[in-house]
Amino acid sequence: MSILVNKSSRVIVQGFTGKEGTFHAEQCIAYGTNVVGGVTPGKGGQTHLEKPVFNTVKEAVKATEADTSLILVPPAFAADAVMEAAASGIKVIVCITEGIPTRDVIIAKKFANKQGTTLVGPNCPGIISADEAKVGIMPGFVFKKGTVGLISKSGTLTYEMANQVVLAGLGISTAIGIGGDPIIGSTIIDLLKLFEKDQETEAIVIIGEIGGDMEIQAAEYIKGNITKPVVAFIAGRTAPKGKRMGHAGAIIAGSKGTAQEKMDALAEAGVTVVDSPAEVGVKVREVLNKN
Amino acid sequence: MNIHEYQAKQILEKYGVPIPKGKMIEKAEDAKDAAREIGGNIWVVKAQIHAGGRGKGGGVKLARSLDEVEKYASEIIGMNLITHQTGPAGKLVKKAYIEGGIDIKKELYLGMVLDRAKELPVMMASTEGGVEIEKVAAETPEKIIKVEIDPLTGFQGYHARELAFGLNLSKEQIKEFGKFAKALYNVYTLNDASLVEINPLVLTADDKFIALDAKMGFDDNSLFRHKDISEMRDFDEEDPAEIEAGNYGLSYVKLDGEVGCMVNGAGLAMSTMDIIKLEGGEPANFLDVGGKASASTVAKGFEIILKDPNVKAILVNIFGGIVRCDRIANGILEATETTRVEVPIVVRLDGTNAKEAIEIIGDSNLSNIISATDLGDAARKVVKAAKGV
Repeated sequence: MSILVNKSSRVIVQGFTGKEGTFHAEQCIAYGTNVVGGVTPGKGGQTHLEKPVFNTVKEAVKATEADTSLILVPPAFAADAVMEAAASGIKVIVCITEGIPTRDVIIAKKFANKQGTTLVGPNCPGIISADEAKVGIMPGFVFKKGTVGLISKSGTLTYEMANQVVLAGLGISTAIGIGGDPIIGSTIIDLLKLFEKDQETEAIVIIGEIGGDMEIQAAEYIKGNITKPVVAFIAGRTAPKGKRMGHAGAIIAGSKGTAQEKMDALAEAGVTVVDSPAEVGVKVREVLNKN
Repeated sequence: MNIHEYQAKQILEKYGVPIPKGKMIEKAEDAKDAAREIGGNIWVVKAQIHAGGRGKGGGVKLARSLDEVEKYASEIIGMNLITHQTGPAGKLVKKAYIEGGIDIKKELYLGMVLDRAKELPVMMASTEGGVEIEKVAAETPEKIIKVEIDPLTGFQGYHARELAFGLNLSKEQIKEFGKFAKALYNVYTLNDASLVEINPLVLTADDKFIALDAKMGFDDNSLFRHKDISEMRDFDEEDPAEIEAGNYGLSYVKLDGEVGCMVNGAGLAMSTMDIIKLEGGEPANFLDVGGKASASTVAKGFEIILKDPNVKAILVNIFGGIVRCDRIANGILEATETTRVEVPIVVRLDGTNAKEAIEIIGDSNLSNIISATDLGDAARKVVKAAKGV
């Protein structure tokens, strides 16, 4: 078991024949992901990486029964790609693209919700269910199979934390990079719900950062709804106010969205909050040993 | 991206939002002509910098004659304006905006901003105009009226009515206010703004609404489709090192500490700053070299970090995914040849091809490069190196 993607996910790549699309589709296939085709408007009928190329998502779904889409198209076209996938019956959309206008993301997310589609991202590394499927751009070898579910706003920090979990003698069930933009598809709460139900997952790690209040909302939710142990780390305690720290959403506005207020809220909800980003793996092991 | 008040007012005017007559000048000798063109017998001279709190800092002056207009303009242009938002160093004023005086009956607040939690833009109004809205929100939140606006429906009459009745406006005023608020919504939406703030929104003696001050910020991700707004960017308002880094695809923020850091990924970069602090050091900067770090970006990164004379040691923290660590290791060696790096560099490389990378660093025999095994080890070593022990 795992969440969102697994061995039987039928994956298409939107932006399949582009440079990014080609590189990452190849990596996903090498990992064992069941990539059934791709979409590049105007290149329908061609074969790329030994898979069929379609002009539209609708055609791709009809021909391949795809249920998952990995989006690697430029920012100006990404919201369109998300809505096309949602309109065509795709169930899980992973949007990697960084730099999509917020107004477009708001509209695309509303539409995806209306269609009953799960959107992960944008501006994220994607989803990996260890040894089953990688629908994203992360280095697959870091994520050894195990029982820890990982939810993270960041890219390389996700790899760092997964690596620590593995070095602590544990492994990953599914890891999801939810993205660093101000508005993103799946929230921490959306994924906590799935991990709580997933029989394979025994503990959940949340990697948050400054900006917004998603971690505080998650803390409220955890109190009454999550029975599995949760470990959290929040990046950006030393970040200055009013400065955007790389991610479009990583900014302390006024005095809101600080790491400290998020850490306090999570601790108050019974979450094991880790001070040092070097000690997350060790803390997860401690928490699991206690249970 | 933020813009100046005079630029924000140009945009407002384009969308039919009433503003006072005004003119931007860069030389004090143009002040009298500007004032004459505006007309009237009372003017306001306002410093144009991006920070708020200009009035309290002496950057806004009321002039009652043409001579006074020129006098204040010459004082303001070239002054170092310090406000609570500029930091103690202040900001050099290069432009002033001269505006005709307005007969004020009431000062209100009207603003629009993205509510991240609700995932929608909200318009906010308050009777407490001229005061910082954060202060009103903290002390008297009941005095702020908020309406959420679904982008799929747009701004409707009921949005305007909820705000107007909340402000206790009269029947005649409500109609005028509705037009003003609708225009403000168009400014926000059609330009992909992240913030539009009219504070104060003035109700004049003859019952007209007018935007006395204006503040605007825009979603950086949308600038590709707003060429007119991109052109309003004022590089004087930004840190030169941050601009230079941006030109090379690096994301850099200068801080006050002594430990420089170069990291791939924003989250890992913030965490690296955090752990430096936990180990007793102070980070000198945030620097994300991005997902496609190469030898040349690493070299540029060193150059930018070393422009800060406070830096006593540098931590390079790379977790290789798509990026191969051995390439980064070679990049570091190349960079130390081209850029003179005299401070100690602690290098931590993990992930793809980390083993090869560590060997490359080890074989280099460079005396100022120190290898670290993991994040904790790296932070301890760099803090020690910065302290010279």
